[in-house]
Amino acid sequence: MITVTQRMEPMTLRPVIEIDRTTPLRKVKRDHTLRVENLDVYIEKQHILKDINLTIPEKSITCIIGPSGCGKSTFLKTLNRMHDETPEVKISGKVFVDEENIYDRNINVIDTRKKMGLLAQRPCPLPMSIFDNVAYGPRIHGIRKRKAINQTVIKYLQFVGLWDEVRGRIRSSANRLSIGQQQRLCLARGLAIEPEYILGDEATSALDPLSTKTIEELFIKLKEQYTVILVTHTLRQAKRIADHIAFIYLGQIIEAGPAEEFFSNPKKQLTREYLSGSFS
Amino acid sequence: MKKKQLEENVFKIIMIGAALIILIVLLYIIGTVLFKGLPSLTWDMITKLPGGGFYLGKEGGVLNAIVGSVYIILGSLVLSTFISIPLVMYINFYLPPNSKFSKVIRFSLDILFGIPSIVYGAFGFALMVYLGIRASLLGGIITVGMLIMPIMMRSFDEVARLLSRDLPDAILSLGATKYEMTKVLLRQLMPGLMTAVLLAVGRGIGDAATVLFTAGYTDNIPASLDQPAATLPLAIFFQLGSPVPEVQNRAYASAVILTVIILILSFSARYFSSKFSKNKI
Repeated sequence: MITVTQRMEPMTLRPVIEIDRTTPLRKVKRDHTLRVENLDVYIEKQHILKDINLTIPEKSITCIIGPSGCGKSTFLKTLNRMHDETPEVKISGKVFVDEENIYDRNINVIDTRKKMGLLAQRPCPLPMSIFDNVAYGPRIHGIRKRKAINQTVIKYLQFVGLWDEVRGRIRSSANRLSIGQQQRLCLARGLAIEPEYILGDEATSALDPLSTKTIEELFIKLKEQYTVILVTHTLRQAKRIADHIAFIYLGQIIEAGPAEEFFSNPKKQLTREYLSGSFS
Repeated sequence: MKKKQLEENVFKIIMIGAALIILIVLLYIIGTVLFKGLPSLTWDMITKLPGGGFYLGKEGGVLNAIVGSVYIILGSLVLSTFISIPLVMYINFYLPPNSKFSKVIRFSLDILFGIPSIVYGAFGFALMVYLGIRASLLGGIITVGMLIMPIMMRSFDEVARLLSRDLPDAILSLGATKYEMTKVLLRQLMPGLMTAVLLAVGRGIGDAATVLFTAGYTDNIPASLDQPAATLPLAIFFQLGSPVPEVQNRAYASAVILTVIILILSFSARYFSSKFSKNKI
């Protein structure tokens, strides 16, 4: 525990990017929009998501909340077409990413996933070195120049605050890192494919409180340049970091809107009950 | 109360007895082989080809069989590895979980697993007659390859099935194609594949029935794929059939050689599988 606090300090005190303090983490190419229209999802004839309509505001954190089993994770997976791998999932409706419906026939699923950086519930490092984990994305997307890859890796490792911790053992296996470090590594790996959106699927639920705090701080930094969508089952986390909230219950969006309004003045009875903790 | 205690004791004795039987059988086999084989196990045995009159007790060794066995096992290993990897990857990571086709494949592998090796030998022989190949190194490689393929696939498949779905999902979400994903997964599964390979080697190298008709037997080291090849199990078989006691003892010496090769292989298999479980965190 003590070592973790010591490692945390330099990260919070120093500016995040050391190479060049004036340039942002990346150039924002265009305004990106994410809009879901009439989305229905069935898994083996069970109606999991019912007529979801939602516009995700850009450059902010949107938290999807709701009791477990309500379809939050299923919803997140529709955004980067991870349901393609499971044939029993049937999807109808439209998901517009940058004004393109990703469920159109002529859309390349690789391009869609490249736009979405996913941070899963449990960190899952690739069976390779720390360096190669971050370099993997750029490499498969065609970057060959060693210098460019080195720069990318260092940039994103610095951003997640791992660089100082691992610079001496960058070629050793990623599995040796602690769980919290692994999760930050996975975030760096996702950022290295230069996505437009960051998806987090209960990304902190396997972590200790300190690592959770680190990841949350990173999300807050990320929203300056990315659209962040997080599924969370802890209300407290949503209160801490969300700018917008969508509350899903039994596959339907009950209420969605700016976080402050949502928490201070919920409009629906069901929302009030959920916030007061009558069910979870 | 007494009845329960009696039950308990009887069952304990049965369990301990079963464990003892296994130990005794193992020690007895190793003991016999070593006792009869070690005196005849000379340097000549492993470095010389059989000389004239070797099977009547004159000098020579079983180098032909050692080399033949190694050739056949290496060849069949290459053959079956190159078929096992795509198959296991396909049924585990390309087909959806619980797909009917992968169930059919796994069921077929179970059947192939259970087929006795003499049947593979007979089948290999029939195949060779059909193709017009004589008993040769190639015939042996193909037949032993068929024998060890289901073993390798089944044990590799077990490892692949245990892999958590998180890893493929993590790779795909980075925008990787399925082929790129497969390459990374193979890396993760490499220790498991090693174990499968070593298990298959241990089974294939000791089998006599498959090579009996298909690889033939020769006193020379095969120089090409269409020449017959000797194997250790058959060397044991032929020497044991000799009426000369010296030659019979050499059969046990050959058995020592074969056992040592298999022991080395299974210990390395153990080593790799324990290393694999450590890697899984």
